[in-house]
Amino acid sequence: MAAESLGLWGIPLGIIAGTLRGSAPFLFVSLGECLTEKSGKINLGLEGTLLMGAMSAYGVSYLSEGWAGPFWAPWLGVIAAGLSGMALGAIHGWLSQQPRVNDVATGIAMIVFGSGLAFFLGKPFIQPQAPQLFTFDWGSWSSIPQIQAALKISPLFLLGVAIAPLLHWFFRYTRWGLYIRAVGDSPQAARAMGISTFKVRMASIVAGSFLAGIGGACLSLYYPGVWTERISSGQGLMAVALVIFAKWNPIQCLWASMLFGGAQAIGPAFQAVGVDSYYYLFNAAPYILTLLIMVVTCSPQRTLVGLPGALGKEE
Amino acid sequence: MVSLSQRVSVPARRSLEAIVLPVAALAVALIIFGCFCALAGANPFAVYGSIYQAAFGRWSAWQNTLIRAAPLMLTALCTALPARLGLVIIGNEGALVMGGLAAVVVGLNVGTSLPPLVAQGAMALAGMVAGGLWIMLAGALRHYRGVNETISSLLLNYIAIALMNHLVEGPMRDTSFVTKPSSAQLDPSIVLGTIPGTRIHFGLLYGLIVCVLAYYLIQRTTFGFAARTAGGNIRAARIAGLPVGKLTLAVCFLGGSAAGLAGMVEVAAVQKRINESVVSSYGYAGILVAFVSRHNPLATVLVAVLLGGILASGGILQRAHDLPDATVLVFQGIVFLCVLFSDSLYGKLPWFREMGEN
Amino acid sequence: MPPRSSFRFSRRQIIRGLLATTAFGAATKLNACAAGPTESTDGAEETGGTADEIVVGFIYVGPKDDFGYNQAHAEGAAAMAAVPGIKIIEEASVPETTAVLETMRSMIEIDGAQVLFPTSFGYFDPYILELAAEFPEVQFFHAGGLYQEDVHPENVGSYFGYIDEAQYVAGVVAGHASKDGNLGFVAAKPIPQVLRNINSFTLGAKSVNPDATTQVIFTGDWALPVKEAEATNSMADQGIDVVTCHVDSPKVVIETAEKRGIFSSGYHADQSPLAPKGYLTGAEWDWVSIYTFLGEQFVEGKTLMAGDIDHILRGGLADDFCKLSAYGPAVSDEAKADADAAKEKFLAGELVIYEGELKDNTGQSILSADEKYEQQNIELEKMDWLIEGVKGSIDG
Repeated sequence: MAAESLGLWGIPLGIIAGTLRGSAPFLFVSLGECLTEKSGKINLGLEGTLLMGAMSAYGVSYLSEGWAGPFWAPWLGVIAAGLSGMALGAIHGWLSQQPRVNDVATGIAMIVFGSGLAFFLGKPFIQPQAPQLFTFDWGSWSSIPQIQAALKISPLFLLGVAIAPLLHWFFRYTRWGLYIRAVGDSPQAARAMGISTFKVRMASIVAGSFLAGIGGACLSLYYPGVWTERISSGQGLMAVALVIFAKWNPIQCLWASMLFGGAQAIGPAFQAVGVDSYYYLFNAAPYILTLLIMVVTCSPQRTLVGLPGALGKEE
Repeated sequence: MVSLSQRVSVPARRSLEAIVLPVAALAVALIIFGCFCALAGANPFAVYGSIYQAAFGRWSAWQNTLIRAAPLMLTALCTALPARLGLVIIGNEGALVMGGLAAVVVGLNVGTSLPPLVAQGAMALAGMVAGGLWIMLAGALRHYRGVNETISSLLLNYIAIALMNHLVEGPMRDTSFVTKPSSAQLDPSIVLGTIPGTRIHFGLLYGLIVCVLAYYLIQRTTFGFAARTAGGNIRAARIAGLPVGKLTLAVCFLGGSAAGLAGMVEVAAVQKRINESVVSSYGYAGILVAFVSRHNPLATVLVAVLLGGILASGGILQRAHDLPDATVLVFQGIVFLCVLFSDSLYGKLPWFREMGEN
Repeated sequence: MPPRSSFRFSRRQIIRGLLATTAFGAATKLNACAAGPTESTDGAEETGGTADEIVVGFIYVGPKDDFGYNQAHAEGAAAMAAVPGIKIIEEASVPETTAVLETMRSMIEIDGAQVLFPTSFGYFDPYILELAAEFPEVQFFHAGGLYQEDVHPENVGSYFGYIDEAQYVAGVVAGHASKDGNLGFVAAKPIPQVLRNINSFTLGAKSVNPDATTQVIFTGDWALPVKEAEATNSMADQGIDVVTCHVDSPKVVIETAEKRGIFSSGYHADQSPLAPKGYLTGAEWDWVSIYTFLGEQFVEGKTLMAGDIDHILRGGLADDFCKLSAYGPAVSDEAKADADAAKEKFLAGELVIYEGELKDNTGQSILSADEKYEQQNIELEKMDWLIEGVKGSIDG
């Protein structure tokens, strides 16, 4: 199905398409990290969780194709990804809350452990093809193949977009959301109120890792839709930057994820129309962008708006 | 009969605690890893033997371990030094790359026009300054703009690597080296040699010396005291009149220069040119080493050796026991998680507690 | 941290670190002893092979089952293992850094390897050269065209397949299959091996459609699935209808192409199961025949140093160093005829891919009308240009 070349229109279309495709993992991981950080703990280990989620989703989808069929198998994979995320989250949640254990250190140890485990268990799944999640064809109104391809939306993307405002509402208007924010802003006050900081943080970290696991499933069951050891381009680590960039607001996380997802597509989109110098620097665009925006919007006078008070402290 | 708890005095118990806990943590990690190997179909005891053999079993293995430990000692300082001030920097990889770049640029321009030792000194200086400035940028952003230094140093990693790749594929490219886009090769006379009698390059000595110097800086100088005080309580330090801003910049510069030196060693001793191979995750491993050694430069040396040993054993796990390459990652993860956990047990176990204390 | 407690930590840390390391060493040694007095030496003997067996070590830069470069070598290695008298040991995912130095050394010293096959291009300089100088009795075979007669040590040999011959034929098929002649190439890095493939593919396509063009996108590294997918998608957006690639694992490119409904041409290994409709053909390595041949040579006691084995082993389609995947369902009969004809010419040694007049894509002349670069020409090993008709540049 050959298509007419779009010329320079290919760039914005490529970026839009890249945004819709590439932002899903960022979305889930950043929402998960947002949840975790609201409770006052950083989870850098989400990079390992992402890989573990991608691997388990792919593996379970492949293994269950026989009895679940090609439609349901990937969804089983998604659930498996979430569960494996929860398991890793439980380890991180428990360990980082022990006295005198620094959560950055735990996070990095979890990256090593999580990715090691994912690669180890994932060896048999590199070759085979696992059934992929279905996509909605929202581009079928167009006769242009590129638009059709760009608007193939994944249900996971829609799920992520739905979770963002839900999470925002959860933080602002529910009791549990209040508990989490209390524990994140002022653990002593929370304890005085009778809230168990350990349990609340544990729940937040585990739930956050569940979401991150699903973010991994987006990678292996949607886009790029394979399992290899190099599948992550640092989305897990970048999610931490993303959350700060988004000032711990889930809706902003949504926009920031789309920005990052789109930025990944800039390099190849430009090369496809012939702008091919500096492709390394184009590929570094998301990082440069984030740094610039952070420099411009932060100031030492007012502490970061939305920063949970206990974040980074070992309380 | 006098019981053991009555015989061992309390201060002695504290010191014992410092020994028993990490050893126990390692033992537990080994046991967990052994179970893991057993589940994967390998004989745990044979695995232990192989790891030992590949890491510490013979002089050649020790050299392998020390070669891997050398860069870790330096990159760990990039996290450990700022951590004393309460900053969490994870930009070691970026500082290493920038240091390597600067060292190569100086080395290529100096060539043989200076005596070798001076040339190497110039390269080392360039590496240290470049790495130092890179991390100092993160520190400055933190102090003057309130930008979280963990994130900015993480982003600077990616930017440094992209910059290096761009330069070696473009302006700095040596077209006669076909293996991969790379800079020109350093003149052989200024390449950092190996310690006589071994195949370990002088980077190990650099690492040891710098760690010892760092220890003295932090523990025995006024500067170090000021840094530690500010790290304990920034507001109190400000009230006391300590120049927190200058301390921040200085400490970041020093940490970054250690990693930059590691970059210089990587290009001057190992690669003899700069290309993408200089990025080999010494940075992130260095972060772990820093945290596990609780940011103490002397302990950093030992933890680096330990990690070097673990990394050195990766190959033999694949070849002798048919375990996939990811096994060594799992092993690393288990060890670090156990040791990190053991930190929380200080003062908790009954036998080690002082009598009457809760 | 208040000053006093950090002082306490310092002694603590020293002691803990010191004892941790020695305890670790002691524990493993004790464990090893407890299991049996010869445990640690047993390990070495087991991997060292019996006295008559030759131990051959294979080193891969990525996982062995990547549907790509490393898998092709692993399949060949398995063939060599089947040769009686050969025992192979393998290590995968060894990066192109000093890690491979230690891997090779470890294979030689602990496992007793007498021949090594470090299969990634980037292992040669300086790693193989350094170790070859240190272990003159061990043979090193490098997959690449870099050996030079008086420059490199005696115990180093080079082997490579002229897979660009297969890419040429694949280009012929692609030229037929593409509606307007817009071809795409997803490349990792602009090194000569990759550029040769790009140029050969384009020349093959141009031989049947002189207006064919190839759009190149460099991803920057050998294995970047997200970038490879983005590149393929961008190309499809631009109206390209045949893609091929030179990355470590073509799986992502081929699968993405299939999803976009465009044709694909494979590389390294046979990826046809991944794209049942769009797979045209592919340029594959055939290491089985050469590795089996070399295995037999080793068993007969032949070595590089003695001159029994050629230092430069190369061949193309004619010598079974590479092959073409079976034609896919979308390949027209006309395409098959042209492709088969080109293949015949290669087998007969008649076709020279690079013959003048040739210009590069900046307009400079590479070859004038009566010049040509034969397959073995060292100029091809240093290629740093893209021919006319290729859209892209090698500067980063």
